[in-house]
Amino acid sequence: MSAWATVLLASALAYVLKLLGHVVPSRWLDGERTGRVTSALPIALLAALVGVQTLTDASGRVVLDARAAAVAVAIVALVLRAPFIVVVVLAAAVAAGLRAVGMA
Amino acid sequence: MSVATGAYAISFGALAVAAGLSIAQTCALSLLLFSGASQFALVGILAGGPAGGAAAVATSTLLGVRNMLYGLQVSRMLDVRGPRRLAAAQLTIDESTAVGIAQPEAAAARYGFWATGLGIYALWNLMTLVGALVGDAIGDPRTYGLDAAAAAAFTALLWPRLKSADAFAIAAVAALVAVLLAPHAPAGVPVLVAAAAALIAGFWRRAHHDPAPPHHWAGEGNRDAVGEDRS
Repeated sequence: MSAWATVLLASALAYVLKLLGHVVPSRWLDGERTGRVTSALPIALLAALVGVQTLTDASGRVVLDARAAAVAVAIVALVLRAPFIVVVVLAAAVAAGLRAVGMA
Repeated sequence: MSVATGAYAISFGALAVAAGLSIAQTCALSLLLFSGASQFALVGILAGGPAGGAAAVATSTLLGVRNMLYGLQVSRMLDVRGPRRLAAAQLTIDESTAVGIAQPEAAAARYGFWATGLGIYALWNLMTLVGALVGDAIGDPRTYGLDAAAAAAFTALLWPRLKSADAFAIAAVAALVAVLLAPHAPAGVPVLVAAAAALIAGFWRRAHHDPAPPHHWAGEGNRDAVGEDRS
């Protein structure tokens, strides 16, 4: 799939989901089970993304490098209630710093 | 909130270009897809190589499922038809929904939804362009730790959702399964399989233990949706 096809397909599907919520009868979506799946789904997907992006390289091998150190620092920042941009910039700085001194 | 949204959009723009998208493709995502977590996931998986396109679309779409439930709430709140309904659908994201339903009166709810949705839409797209230009100018993303910034962004998106032991268990299972699968499956697929496994495990566990609390938007969840939690 080309990059444009990926971009446009994902966008179309995202809009279809948004619009469906506006047009389908409410009883289709109102169940307690639907609500539970919908709140758990982002947790599962985001956690899986964190795992893969932090601990695996481009070929899928498990590696412990500058990214793991950066995410550890990010978690400390989140515990200290730092805003989003501080967390992200701090993580980038840690990884860049470790690489600059040749440690990871 | 606007500072947070702007900063978040700049990170998205820079990461999207670092993942190999053009500036035009990056801006198209913010204009057309307009849902933060889905956009981050899409470019995060594409960063692993263009072969991950199908998995990237699937992950992005699954992350967008909650916008469908928001749409249900928003359509009751707005009661609009025709082109305005089509526009309202595009603006249906975490923040606009949260601000709208937090208002006690119907008129304030409608104003809150439209003002938040339109304001964020403008800011999100402008700052995406700024981020994309920055990302394009700095060259190799690894030198600046942008790959680690992506991982940290996902961590920050996940963080406000880890409010219960169940949420934490689902997250732990998903992360573990994804990492273990990564060497054996094409890019993007481990994320989808891991999420499915974690959901099944989570609901099995809950079904055999305590009763489920009611799902609701009001109360403490709202503050996070506005302040930290983004679409």
